[in-house]
Amino acid sequence: MTTPSSQQRLRDMMLVRRFEERCAELYGAGKIRGFLHLYIGEEAVAAGLLPALGPADTVVATYREHGHALLRGVPARAVMAEMFGRVSGCSRGRGGSMHLFDAERRMYGGWAIVAGHLPVAVGLALADRTLGRPQVTACFFGDGAVAEGAFHEAMNLAALWQLPVLFVCENNLYAMGTALERYQAQPDLVLRARGYGVDAASVDGMDVEVVAAAARDAVERVRAGKPFLLECRTYRFRAHSMFDAELYRGSDEVARWKQRDPIALLAGRLRTRGQLDDAALAALEQDVAREVEDAVSFADASALEPIEELTRHVMAEVAP
Amino acid sequence: MPVMNIIQAVNDALRIEMRRDQRVVVLGEDVGKFGGVFRATSGLFEEFGPDRVIDTPLAEAGIIGSAVGMALYGLRPVPEIQFADFIYPAYDQIVNELAKFRYRSGGQYPAPVVIRTPYGGGIRGGHYHSQSPEAYFVHTPGLKVVIPSNPYDAKGLLLSAMRGEDPVIFMEPKRVYRAARGEVPEGDYTVPLGQAKIVREGKGITVLAYGAMLHTVIEAAAKAAEAGIDAEVIDLRTLLPLDLETVLTSVRKTGRVCIVHEAPRTCGYGAELAALIAEKALTSLEAPIERVAGFDTPFPYTLENEYLPSPERVMASMRRAVEFQ
Repeated sequence: MTTPSSQQRLRDMMLVRRFEERCAELYGAGKIRGFLHLYIGEEAVAAGLLPALGPADTVVATYREHGHALLRGVPARAVMAEMFGRVSGCSRGRGGSMHLFDAERRMYGGWAIVAGHLPVAVGLALADRTLGRPQVTACFFGDGAVAEGAFHEAMNLAALWQLPVLFVCENNLYAMGTALERYQAQPDLVLRARGYGVDAASVDGMDVEVVAAAARDAVERVRAGKPFLLECRTYRFRAHSMFDAELYRGSDEVARWKQRDPIALLAGRLRTRGQLDDAALAALEQDVAREVEDAVSFADASALEPIEELTRHVMAEVAP
Repeated sequence: MPVMNIIQAVNDALRIEMRRDQRVVVLGEDVGKFGGVFRATSGLFEEFGPDRVIDTPLAEAGIIGSAVGMALYGLRPVPEIQFADFIYPAYDQIVNELAKFRYRSGGQYPAPVVIRTPYGGGIRGGHYHSQSPEAYFVHTPGLKVVIPSNPYDAKGLLLSAMRGEDPVIFMEPKRVYRAARGEVPEGDYTVPLGQAKIVREGKGITVLAYGAMLHTVIEAAAKAAEAGIDAEVIDLRTLLPLDLETVLTSVRKTGRVCIVHEAPRTCGYGAELAALIAEKALTSLEAPIERVAGFDTPFPYTLENEYLPSPERVMASMRRAVEFQ
């Protein structure tokens, strides 16, 4: 793979941001229904991490995974159509926001059972090792997942069997509305990983260049055949989902984190380096807005899954 | 033809498939060096090595989750859950992940995992080594549920299960693991999923059972014959997909039904069978449908034999149905 330029990473984050801002509007308009968990504020993690993977590597993500799907290369049209529940969506409109799959791009969801995917990531990596494929499984999860038993089992198995899993903890400090220090006896995740014999590092998850450097290093270690845990300290600017009065955190805390907005942080740095000016930024904004609007039009014009499909894919289809 | 017990038949099926298909991998607690707590995987570790016969920690969610991941990406895992009672820590992985993977990915990701697990009472196992949790899994769309009663079916059904494209819960009747012996062909053969077997033909009453209970029913049917009751005994073999046609054909002939299972009565598999028969063959019925089941209690230790349907209870139930005017 080629390492993307900082301009490309800026565009990646802007695409995810714009995509999700539109999702929030479309939710208000009733086009997107059900649950919607926005990644806004956390974009530097996916934008820093995903380009470090090759096309044969595996991605497993959480229910806050629109950005991961987009930056893994799932077309914005297919992701938006899935958000709309349309048959042209990347999972045929069956799952919606939290169930983004794409076999061609080795995207394995979209997991709405917190930590349910961690043992599965271990199995994907075990399959790689058994079949002699030099590939990496990148498994994203939030800090809340660390309290689940599945985290413990997955870490132990990955370390015991020395499997090529990159555990990426997107630590946004809250398991929905409960702060890390209110639900974890040991909030130091690096320390916890080391307890399992898994090497780990913790980085500033708001700085895409920092994440990218850490990701390159982590992927290299994992490809050499050992699990690794990378904690990215990040923050979600929006509510947990569309129904959340945010009684568990103060607006001053949110405002403080917004001063470290990953997009503004990188844009400012590029300006200082003389690599970005107003015109270039405006052009990028236009470019991602066009891509997102195209996705919205595509999704809106797509059909819903027909009723005849309701019972398809429960089991394998047998030739009559 | 060699005579085997169910453990030997399962072992034979695993060995055949592992030789035939390099993708087949066995994993679980003590399945490797130990050879399995009931010896079902005996000798596999020596033949196929630690990469294909994997000893795991005590971590049922981890075992099944790993198996799901392996199945998603080119392998054919056959995890063992040491006792069906221990399957609940893996319940999320089975019900939320394994069963739904094909569906929620819009058909992109099949997950062909065959979970083997010994189930049922009769070995003085008490609360946590005796349960029959089949109904939970039949109730979960996306899973197949198979329960053999004898060595021939155990081998043939397991080979079918391992060659399918869907997840299968393969429940082995541990009470008759060694007691049920029979001729088993050498080499490869399959028993297709979804075909029941008429074990004893009769005209007076249809008796439906599976797994260890089949043996209780056969004993009851022999006693019943002495009392002039001509029972038709059907071994369902596969709970899902169910061979409903064979069941209904028999019910239309006999007009009377007795369903036997050792799981608790309420919402047990018998409830679904009774509902299906009532829906599809009500006008053929000449008596209320009888169910003989375990009681609605946790599985007991001391009163195990009273809890499990006995030939006498089955016989009494058959008599009620046959004598109903």
